[in-house]
Amino acid sequence: MATLIWILVGLVVIGLYLSWTAGRLDRLHARIDATRAALDAQLLRRASVAQELATSGVLDPAASIVLYEAAHAARQADEEQREVAESELSQALRAVFAEAQQVEAVREAPGGEDAARELAQAVRRVPMARRFHNDAVRAARALRRHRKVRWFRLAGHAPFPMAFEMDDEPPAALADRAGT
Amino acid sequence: MRIGIVCPYSWDVPGGVQFHIRDLAEHLIRLGHEVSVLAPADDDTPLPPYVVSAGRAVPVPYNGSVARLNFGFLSAARVRRWLHDGTFDVIHIHEPASPSLGLLTCWAAQGPIVATFHTSNPRSRAMVAAYSILQAALEKISARIAVSEYARRTLVEHLGGDAVVIPNGVDVDFFAGARPRAEWQGETIGFMGRIDEPRKGLPVLMGALPKILAERPGTRLLVAGRGDEEEAVASLPKEMRSRVEFLGMISDEDKARFLRSVDLYVAPNTGGESFGIILVEAMSAGAPVLASDLDAFAQVLDQGAAGELFANEDADALAAAAVRLLGDPKRREELRTRGSAHVRRFDWSTVGADILSVYETVTDGAAAVAADERSGLRARLGLIRD
Repeated sequence: MATLIWILVGLVVIGLYLSWTAGRLDRLHARIDATRAALDAQLLRRASVAQELATSGVLDPAASIVLYEAAHAARQADEEQREVAESELSQALRAVFAEAQQVEAVREAPGGEDAARELAQAVRRVPMARRFHNDAVRAARALRRHRKVRWFRLAGHAPFPMAFEMDDEPPAALADRAGT
Repeated sequence: MRIGIVCPYSWDVPGGVQFHIRDLAEHLIRLGHEVSVLAPADDDTPLPPYVVSAGRAVPVPYNGSVARLNFGFLSAARVRRWLHDGTFDVIHIHEPASPSLGLLTCWAAQGPIVATFHTSNPRSRAMVAAYSILQAALEKISARIAVSEYARRTLVEHLGGDAVVIPNGVDVDFFAGARPRAEWQGETIGFMGRIDEPRKGLPVLMGALPKILAERPGTRLLVAGRGDEEEAVASLPKEMRSRVEFLGMISDEDKARFLRSVDLYVAPNTGGESFGIILVEAMSAGAPVLASDLDAFAQVLDQGAAGELFANEDADALAAAAVRLLGDPKRREELRTRGSAHVRRFDWSTVGADILSVYETVTDGAAAVAADERSGLRARLGLIRD
């Protein structure tokens, strides 16, 4: 009889532990969703500002075309091509805003002050949001690789989380915020 | 935005983390945000209106020294009440891995949590043993901030994951606008920090002083900070002791005027620094900086472009660099100009905007912070009715 009780107690403890782990995993998946949504929002914001600038006539025609093309591709890219397209937008932004004079020219145009500020903010926030997202992915992966999670299938049908890898290096002229 | 900030160390004890939190809170309040700081404090210490006391910190031996920490049932209850009353949009925890208020809050809260890692403690045995418990609490953090590239690296090695680097802030104009004091000027070397804390490096500077005085006999060393003055000069020959002046603890205003007055600021720290706020303050005040080549210092000084570096713990290298700088006003002027331009990125206007960007990134579309009611299990088993 005593052994039976002990076995029951043991099972309950294991059950509680597994349930707690499932709760942890659930919270991590929610965090991944939230950080991914934030990353999407920042990427979209960046592409919109870039597209606005490209069609504003402030930039020279060649730069406008390069930037418009990259921003348009980034907004339209499907999930598989997203990382590549966003990286290409980063490269285009770096090429167009390589010099501080170009940023100054944008600032001097009517309404350019706001556009330059929004772009500077967007290129700063994309790497932030991406780092937070990948941090959440890393934490979830570490837990999902654990034996207890795999054996008891605590993750259910949730897809294995993937990090978002891209080149998000901001343009030098916008990243160096000395004096701003 | 309603922001809750958690300070892990006693509010009544001066320290880098406490000052950082005070300045951050005041900066955010000036911008029109509602800020509440939860900090350990004795119940009878006067607190600024935005600070809520979490009770008295208990001194316990931890990690090789006596630390003042908050834990246990009462502190946990105060944390929960603060979370419940505050209805914050985001909470910002400092030093979440130290076994104090930060960790308790992490444990008790749910919702958007931002955490700043200040120090880079070597991984302790307790941390290894408690790793899985620690992970369960730390994985609630939605965004991690490290105060330097160096702090980020230790964070990645010890806990995994990643963090964005946002440096500590300084009110640059406060230091730049201070008036110099005549009695602190004229071939003076400045040092600031605890005298009896060897990691602050005063013994290295004392070792270099005879060589500096041999080359430039007019030099005076000004030391600002607490500690035993007799013992500090014990290694010096008697006739040189008059060249060292002790100013004791000085106020914030005097600190700015002190840094504004000296011809050279020396930071001979031998280790244990993860940022080096004093270097930023010295550069803000326009003092040429000579610092040991710790990782954290090299980064703050832009790898030697904004201030000079010498080999750590090498008194001869320090003496040689100091003599060269004291005899070269043009180089000092150049360092002043470069330093003043470089510190703009550490000004609260820039640092505060970055921290707000982090808050906005994690709160976008997220629910507000709430106490974690631990209803998960019962809810999952269907034992809770609405």
